[in-house]
Amino acid sequence: MLTLRPTRMHTRGLALALMAGTALMAPSALMAQEGETTVTAVMHSGLRVLDPIITTAHITRDHAYMIYDVLTAVDDTFTPQPQMADWEISDDGLTYTFTLRDGLTFHDGAPVTGADVVASLNRWGERDSGGQLIFDVTASLEAPDDKTIVWTLSEPFGPLLDVLSKQSAVPPFIMPARVAETSADETITEYVGSGPFVFNEAEYEPGVSVTYDKFEDYVPRDEPASWMAGGKVVNVDKVVWTTMPDALTALNALAAGEIDYVEQVQIDLMPILSGNPDVTVETRDELGYVTIGRPNFLFPPFDNKAVRQAAMAALDQESMLATMQGDPEYYNICGAIFGCSTPLGDAVGSEMLTGGSDPEKAKALLEEAGYDGTPVVLMAPTDVISLNNQPVVAAQALREAGFEVDLQAMDWQSVVQRRAMQSPTAEGGWNLFFTNWMVPEISDPLINVMLNGRGDEGWFGWPTDPDIEALRSEYVAATDDATKKEIAVRIQEHVMDNVNYLMMGEYVIPQARRNTIENMIPSPVPVFWNLTKAAE
Amino acid sequence: MTEIPTSRHSAFQVLTGRFSLPAAARIGIGPTIAAVILVVIVLASLLAPLYVPYDPLEMNAMARLEPSSEEHLLGTDPYGRDTFSRVMTGGRVSLLIGVGAALVSVAVGLVIGLVAGYIRLADAIIMRIMDSLMAIPAILLAIALVALNGPSLTSVIIAITVPEVPRVVRLVRAVVLSAREEPYVEAAIALGSSMPKILIQHLMPNTFAPLIVQGTYICASAILIEAILSFLGAGVSTEIPTWGNIMAEGRSYFQLKPGLIFWPGLLLSLCILAINLLGDTARDLLDPRMKKREG
Amino acid sequence: MVAYILKRVLATIPVMLIVAVFVFLLLRLTPGDPAAILAGDAATPAQLERIRESLGLNEPLLTQFVTWMSQLLGGNLGTSLLSNTPVAGMIADRLGPTINIALMTIVISVALAVPMGVIAAWRHRSWVDFLVMAFSVLGFSVPVFVIGYILIQIFAIDLRWVPVQGYASPSDGLGAFFSRAILPSLTLATIYIALIARMTRASMLEVLGEDYIRTARAKGVRENVVLFRHALRNAAVPILTIIGTGFALLISGVVVTESVFNIPGIGRLTVDAILARDYPVIQAMILLTAGIYVTVNLLIDISYSFFDPRIRY
Repeated sequence: MLTLRPTRMHTRGLALALMAGTALMAPSALMAQEGETTVTAVMHSGLRVLDPIITTAHITRDHAYMIYDVLTAVDDTFTPQPQMADWEISDDGLTYTFTLRDGLTFHDGAPVTGADVVASLNRWGERDSGGQLIFDVTASLEAPDDKTIVWTLSEPFGPLLDVLSKQSAVPPFIMPARVAETSADETITEYVGSGPFVFNEAEYEPGVSVTYDKFEDYVPRDEPASWMAGGKVVNVDKVVWTTMPDALTALNALAAGEIDYVEQVQIDLMPILSGNPDVTVETRDELGYVTIGRPNFLFPPFDNKAVRQAAMAALDQESMLATMQGDPEYYNICGAIFGCSTPLGDAVGSEMLTGGSDPEKAKALLEEAGYDGTPVVLMAPTDVISLNNQPVVAAQALREAGFEVDLQAMDWQSVVQRRAMQSPTAEGGWNLFFTNWMVPEISDPLINVMLNGRGDEGWFGWPTDPDIEALRSEYVAATDDATKKEIAVRIQEHVMDNVNYLMMGEYVIPQARRNTIENMIPSPVPVFWNLTKAAE
Repeated sequence: MTEIPTSRHSAFQVLTGRFSLPAAARIGIGPTIAAVILVVIVLASLLAPLYVPYDPLEMNAMARLEPSSEEHLLGTDPYGRDTFSRVMTGGRVSLLIGVGAALVSVAVGLVIGLVAGYIRLADAIIMRIMDSLMAIPAILLAIALVALNGPSLTSVIIAITVPEVPRVVRLVRAVVLSAREEPYVEAAIALGSSMPKILIQHLMPNTFAPLIVQGTYICASAILIEAILSFLGAGVSTEIPTWGNIMAEGRSYFQLKPGLIFWPGLLLSLCILAINLLGDTARDLLDPRMKKREG
Repeated sequence: MVAYILKRVLATIPVMLIVAVFVFLLLRLTPGDPAAILAGDAATPAQLERIRESLGLNEPLLTQFVTWMSQLLGGNLGTSLLSNTPVAGMIADRLGPTINIALMTIVISVALAVPMGVIAAWRHRSWVDFLVMAFSVLGFSVPVFVIGYILIQIFAIDLRWVPVQGYASPSDGLGAFFSRAILPSLTLATIYIALIARMTRASMLEVLGEDYIRTARAKGVRENVVLFRHALRNAAVPILTIIGTGFALLISGVVVTESVFNIPGIGRLTVDAILARDYPVIQAMILLTAGIYVTVNLLIDISYSFFDPRIRY
C-alpha cells in the first residue's frame, strides 16, 4: 500500500481546532436525565430507510455502523484490518478462511455465528456491484462451524479484502441469518445487529429522530479506533440523531447549547459560530467529497467524445467549487478521478479541468464535432443544498462556450427518478446531471461505479466502454500495489480522454461540536464510539 | 397566509358590505398612496432591464455575498449575482405570477361558475368537486402540482390557480343564483332567449364587480404563495429570479446578510399591501349596498 | 336540527370520496419513483425493476386503488414505502405537536384579536382604529417565514428568553412546552390576528349601530358590558366563520412554521412525504386534513345556532 500524500486540506482540522478558545460552561437548555449521558446530534439528513443493503443513502449507512458490525474494515491508511474476524489466505489466492473473534453477540442475546455471516454476505452480494464481482468468481461460501467462514473462489480476486472492507456504498453489515434471508429487493423489518449501539425502536420517528442506546454486552477490539477499524469503545449512554430542515436553525441551536453536534456545517454560515467559546468547528473527514458531472452517453450531444471534451474544456473547477464552498480552505482543485489524497489518485491529463475555463478550446472542439445546437438537458435539483449550485454554474460556463443549455429545475427525487430513464430528451430523458460522492466511494476502479463500462448494465449515463472494462479486469488480476497503481494511472488517462465523467474537484465539510464533546475520531463516516461527553 | 382570498372571500360572501375602511382610506389618502406605490413598483419592475446595472443571471464566484458597495448597491448573493438587479427583475416575474394566477383563476372560475349557477344538473356535480378541492389544503395541493409539472413558471401559476378556482366558482354561482331571480332575467327566459345568450348578456355582467375585487386578492395572495413555495423548495427555478426565490435562497443567510430577505421582502410586502388596499377600495366602490350603508 | 346535522354528515361522504380519487390519481401521474428513492445512488435498472415489483408499484392503477380503498375501509392507512412503518403510527406521533401549536395559536389570536377589533370599533376613526387596521393589513403582507425569523432573532438569539428551535410535549413539563411553543404560535397567529381583528371590528361597527345597543346605553348599562356582552355576542357568528375558514390558512402556515422552528409535526411529515414520493403517507395526510377541514366547518355551522338564536335549521 502506498502512503497518504498530504495535501493542504490535511492541516485544516488543526487550524480550526485553534478557533475555539477556552471552554466556558453554559447551562444546557435540555438537560439529560439524571446520571445519563446523551449526545444529541444533527445529521445531514433524516433517517427513513433502515435497510443498509438495499439503499446506498449515507444516512442509512451511518445508522448501520451504529447498530451493526463488519467482518473487516479499513484503517486510516486504507489497509483492511480485522474487525469481527481474522483471515487467512491460501497460497493460490483461492481460499479465504475467516475466524470470528470471541464475545460477539447480537442485541437479542444470540451469539453471532458463521451461518449469520454467510447469509449476510449472500444478501449483500446480490445488491452491491463489488460484491457481485466476487460472487461471479465464487465456487462456494460456507460456514463449517460456528466460528469459521470459508470462501472459495474459482479464480483469484486480488482486491477481495478491499471490497469487503469498504466503508461506504454498501459495506457488508452482518445481520442475524433470519433477517439476512429477506430478499435483497425487499426492505428488512427487524433491526438487530451486533454493533456497539442498540436501535431504540420505540423512540424512532422516521425522518425526524432516531435514538441509540449503548449495547452493554459489546466487546470492543483492543486496538485503538482508526476509521472503521479498531476498538469501538462507547462512552455515552445514548445518542440521539435529529434532523433540522433549516441549516441556520441547527447552528443557532448548537450555539445555544440545545444540541451537541452538527455533522455538516455550511461554510457560509460559519461566522454564526465564530467567537462562540463553547463551540469548535473542525474537519474530521479530511478525505472529503468529490463533485462530479455525468454525461449521458446514449443520446446527442454527449454521445460524441469531442462534445464531452468540449464540456470538459468549458467547465472550471475553481468557479464551481468557490460557489459551493466559498472559502478556499474547504475545497481542493483536483483532477485525479480517484481523489488527490488516495493511494491510487493521480492527476495526470487533467489540466483541462483544473486550469480554468477555456471557452475558445471548447468552441473549437464543438466545431470539430459538428455540434448542431442540440440543447443539453441539465437537471438541476432545487432542494438539496450540496447539489444546488453545480448545475447553475455549469449552465453558465457551457453557454459561454457555445452550448445550448436547457437547465431544468426539479426536486432531487425527480432527478433520481429521471436519471434512470434511458429515453431521448424529448421523451423525458436527460443529458447531464451532477452529484457528489465521498472520496472512499470513488477511490478505486471496482468501487467507483462511474467507471463501469458495460452499457445498459452500468450506472446512469450508460457508457459502453470496452477499454475501461479491460483495464478493470487487469486491475482485478493485479496482485501488487505497484501494478495496481500503474493500471489506475492508465484508467485516469483514459477517463481524461473519453470523459466518462467530469471530475469537478474535492471539498470537505466541516463539523461543529460543543466543547463538552471530546475524543471524536477522524473518519469519513461520522462515528459515535470513542467520544466522551463532559458535564456542562 | 397563503389563503387570504379564501378567508377574505368567504368573509366577503357571508358579510358583504360589513367592512368599512379606516377613515384615512375612505377619504382617499390611503388608496391614493397605495396606487402610487403600486404604480411605482410595477413600472420599476417592468422597466428593470433598462436600468439594472448587471445581468441578473451573471455569476461571479469570486464576489459572493458581498456587502453593499458602489458596484453592488445591495450587495451580491451566494452565486455572486447582483442583488439589486435580481430584486428589480424578480419583481416582473412575481407580478406576472400574481396577475397570471388572478386572470386564469377568474376566467376558469367564471365559466364553471356560470354553468353551475345556471344548469341544475351540472351544479350538483360541479359543487361536489369544488367542495372536495377546497377541502385539500391549498399549499399541499400546490406543492404536489409543482412536483407533478416541474418548477417552471407555467406550472407554478397552475399550482397557485387550481386551489383558487373553487372559491371563484362559488362566488360566481352565488351571484348567478340571485341574479336569475331578477325580473329581467325571467323575462329573457320567457321570451325564449338561448341559454348562452342569457348567461353572457344577462348573468355574466353581474359577476364583474365581485370578480374584480376577488381578482385583486388572488393576485396578492399568488405573489405570497409563490414565495412560500420557493421557501419549501417547490418554486420557480433560480434561473428565473422572483421575489420568492431570492428570499428562499437568502433564508440561510438571514443573520449574516439580512438584505437578501429584507429587500425583496419589503417590495413584496409593499406590493401586496397596496394591492389589498386597492381591492378594499374597489369593493367599496363597486358594492352599491356598501355605499348606501356608509353614506 | 338532528336531520340537518345528519344531512350535512352524509354530504361529506362524496366529498371525501372525490378527494381520495383525486389524490390517488395525482400521485400516480406525478413523475417520481419511490423505488429509485429507496435504492439510492448506485442502483442498476434491473435492480430498480425488482424493487418496484416488490413494492406493488407495477400493479395496474385500478388494482392499486382498490387495494388502498379496501385497506382504508378496514381502518388501515397502509405502510410507508420508505421506512416500512405503519402510516397510522407515523401520523399519531406527529399529530400532537401540530394540534398543540394550532390550539395555542387560536387561543392567542382570539385573545388578542377580539379585544383589538372591539376597541377599534368602539373608538371608530381614532388613531387606535387606524393602528389596528394598519396591523391587520400588514399581517397579510409579510411572508410567514420572515415573521418567524424576526421573532427568533429577537427573542431566542438576542434576548435568549426561549430556545431557538424544537418542541417539547406538555407532558415533559409546561415550562418546556410553552417556552418552545410560544414563538411558532405567535408566528402563526400574526395572520390570524389580522383576520379576526378586522372581522370583529367590522361586525362590531354594524352591531353598535343597532337600536338595542342604543337602548342599553340609554338605560345606563356600563360600556364594557355593552361592548362585550351585548354587542360581541351578536358579532360572534362572522368571527366563528373566520376561524373555520381560517383552518386551511392554519395548515399552510403550519407547513412553513414547522420547518422554521423544527417542530416534528404533520406539516413537515407531509411535505417530506411529497418530496420523497411516499405515496401511502401523502394519501393518508391529504385525506386526514381534508377530513378535519370538513369536520371543523361542520361543527362551526352547527355552533352558529348556539351563538345566534335567530339561526334555526
